Amino acid sequence: MSAVSISEPRRHRRLPLSAWVGLTIAGLWACVALLAPYAAPHDPGKILDQGPFALSSSTALLGTDYLGRDVLSRVIFGARFTFGLALLAALAASATGAALGIAAAVGRRWFDGIMSRTADGFISIPHLTFALIMVAAFGSSLPVLLALLATSYIPGAYRIARASAINVNATDFVQIARARGEGTFYLVFREILPNIVAPIVTDFGLRFIFAILLMSSLSFLGLGVQPPDADWGALTRENIEGIYTASLSVIVPAAAIGTLTISINMAIDGFFAPAASEVV
Amino acid sequence: MSSGIAVEKLHIAVVGPNGEPHDIVQDVSFNVAPGEVLALIGESGSGKTTIALALMGYTRAGCHIRSGSIKVGDVDVTALNTDALVALRGRKIAYVAQSAAAAFNPAHRLIDQVIETSVVSGTSRAVATKRAHRLFTDLALPDPERLGQRYPHEVSGGQLQRAIAAMALMTEPDVIIFDEPTTALDVTTQVEVLHAFRNAVRNHGTTAVYVSHDLAVVAQMADRIAVLRRGSLQEIGRTDVLLRAPSSAYTKGLLNAYMAAAPTDTQRGASPPERNSLLELQEVDAHYGGVRGVPALRDITMSLDAGTMLGVVGESGSGKSTLARVLTGVLPTARGTIRLDGKALAGSLEARSKDELRRIQLVTQSADTALNPAHSVRSILARPMVFYHGLSTSAANEHVPALLERVKLDPDLADRQPGQLSGGQKQRVNLARALAAEPAVLICDEVTAALDTVVGLAITDLLKDLQRSSGIAIIFISHDFRTVERVADEIAVMYAGQIVQLSKAAALNDPLCHPYTELLASSIPTLRTDWLDQLARDNLADDAADGRIADRRRGCSFYGRCDLAQPGHCDVAVPPLERNANGGLIRCVLNEQDFLRSQSVSSLSQKECRHG
Repeated sequence: MSAVSISEPRRHRRLPLSAWVGLTIAGLWACVALLAPYAAPHDPGKILDQGPFALSSSTALLGTDYLGRDVLSRVIFGARFTFGLALLAALAASATGAALGIAAAVGRRWFDGIMSRTADGFISIPHLTFALIMVAAFGSSLPVLLALLATSYIPGAYRIARASAINVNATDFVQIARARGEGTFYLVFREILPNIVAPIVTDFGLRFIFAILLMSSLSFLGLGVQPPDADWGALTRENIEGIYTASLSVIVPAAAIGTLTISINMAIDGFFAPAASEVV
Repeated sequence: MSSGIAVEKLHIAVVGPNGEPHDIVQDVSFNVAPGEVLALIGESGSGKTTIALALMGYTRAGCHIRSGSIKVGDVDVTALNTDALVALRGRKIAYVAQSAAAAFNPAHRLIDQVIETSVVSGTSRAVATKRAHRLFTDLALPDPERLGQRYPHEVSGGQLQRAIAAMALMTEPDVIIFDEPTTALDVTTQVEVLHAFRNAVRNHGTTAVYVSHDLAVVAQMADRIAVLRRGSLQEIGRTDVLLRAPSSAYTKGLLNAYMAAAPTDTQRGASPPERNSLLELQEVDAHYGGVRGVPALRDITMSLDAGTMLGVVGESGSGKSTLARVLTGVLPTARGTIRLDGKALAGSLEARSKDELRRIQLVTQSADTALNPAHSVRSILARPMVFYHGLSTSAANEHVPALLERVKLDPDLADRQPGQLSGGQKQRVNLARALAAEPAVLICDEVTAALDTVVGLAITDLLKDLQRSSGIAIIFISHDFRTVERVADEIAVMYAGQIVQLSKAAALNDPLCHPYTELLASSIPTLRTDWLDQLARDNLADDAADGRIADRRRGCSFYGRCDLAQPGHCDVAVPPLERNANGGLIRCVLNEQDFLRSQSVSSLSQKECRHG
């Protein structure tokens, strides 16, 4: 008999330290993104007097970029794009993917067939290639970026949700609800969804990280967020010359991408990995 | 070569959530003489498996042996280190697990897995293989030379269970531990496996510890029985003495529950007068995987009166659960009609009206998976009332306590999650949910299969009460012939998707039964210790099935396993369901004289045993 994985009611247990560190860093970046206008010492577009690639000083804590703008302020405003856009895209991808995945598991076989083959088709296209084609076709704007990030990750989220939902769908309580005559909507949202929240949320965290990385890559290629706005990927790109003068303007946005993705990863691992104390 | 076991003041503790050790086995002492078979018996949670595993120096994660000693031969198992335990396990002490299907690796051939322990400990492959073949023969496995070349999924469950016993016997262990080895098997298969086990243990003179919850099975196997309850020993004694004159109150209770489960004529209520049939099935067929898929039900014709209980029995795979799925509409019919109150029901779920769905409710086997772990008992029970009767959620919630009382549960349980209920409580909630719809027909699919004897008995009593008090018609599906015989008014015996016998429950004691009913009835172990010896097993299912395979679409589906089968007669046409002298319907071409004559020869002793 195959084991059906149904998440047990969550017991209260202590989160490991790594999860707390991850949560704190990710939370800090979220606050920075939200409070950018108050947190930034300068207007991100204002050119300061220090000149380009200036080193750290009291007016510009992290120095200036290739046009002499304040690096700290630009990184703080860049958080809005990187964090916000990736979060929205991951939310859209996970929600759509989960809804379609559960519907495929519950629904008719032909619906499942069409959905799954379409998803397979999308998964076989490398994400960056897909993004490049989309940008080439529609140009680069925030709505296009959001749409392409979301569609890139829907198939993966769909796969995870469908696989989890199929297990739950085979259990007796779903069969009984079905025999009672319940509609698809009830089956999906009341019977199945509460039992597969854990894998879906974990998957969402991973999609979030992938979205940050894909968007940063696009912006680094100059195809993402367009000047004068800049996300962290674009900041790294536009200040690439500074690498020869040891300017902080390259390393800071790159480090920001690193800290955010790693901290989210640590938080997810801590939440959903079995606690060490449970394995004796 | 065999050695005894001496367990002295054994305490096994589990560490609780606050770090406090808590004893799950308390002060257990017993001896097993060399060559003796001791049974450990008790309900789930009584610590019988924990003790059995401790004999190999093993405790499950979180448990440890707190004090006491376990001696196997001259060796104190509790004092051994890991290396010494590895040398001991599988060589001096072997273990036969409950589910052979889970214990075998599906990717390797049987023979490689059976001889593995021997080969690892230095025996050559050829010698080990030869020995395995001898063991296969001892265990009455068909075609011992070639059986080993098969993969685990290519042999039946009973054969697999015997193969795992062969694996355990390979290294000629001093002690062998059987942990519920026949619990997962059908009764007919169980008989063969028990037979093989007992002969093997006797012939090899092995000391054995047999763990089981079934008194009747233990009565066949054990020289002595140790009764356990909540981790402490209630009583230990010779099998015949203990069964006849138990000394502890708990053992008496167990025996009483067992006797209650066995049929007596006084318990069966007088069958109600003829009423209009509530549910009628006419020539219903059903397939899995579309119209041209695997046939699962064939030509089912039956009817059910209001306020009666129909028992459906058969081995696994006989189509019992499929019948439940067809009645509820989850599996559409391929042919035939189902009528409820004279009105034809649509074959599929979508085409039935809400009220039609409401009137047929299903209670499924495993209470663990039947209740959504994410909801509270209250919301689980309220939903059918909201859905069918259009109540508001708050109005439905007000009815929940009354519903819980109806299934004899404390109304305070309403706020719990299913994970916080015991198995028996879950099954009652499961039942209450079906009752919330106020059904006319209640289908109970193996509702007692996962429960202990005493708890299962309480559930069937509750069903009986409901049937009498509210006039619900109940279809009680079970593989447990004894329980069905006790509770049901009428019985349908199913084999290979067909009803082979449909008669009053009382008629099962008549000699006019289908041969398959006979086989089922005679396969149920009784408390008599000589039952297995008396049972003439010339119709071992596996061997018979290997020998004569009938074209099932043409002949009688039971042809291959039937004692009375007549080639050229039984394998030509599907026999019709015909009424016999007692008013029962039987699907067999043999006329009544043939029946009576052959039964007087072959099954009279079985009859006597069953009712002895």
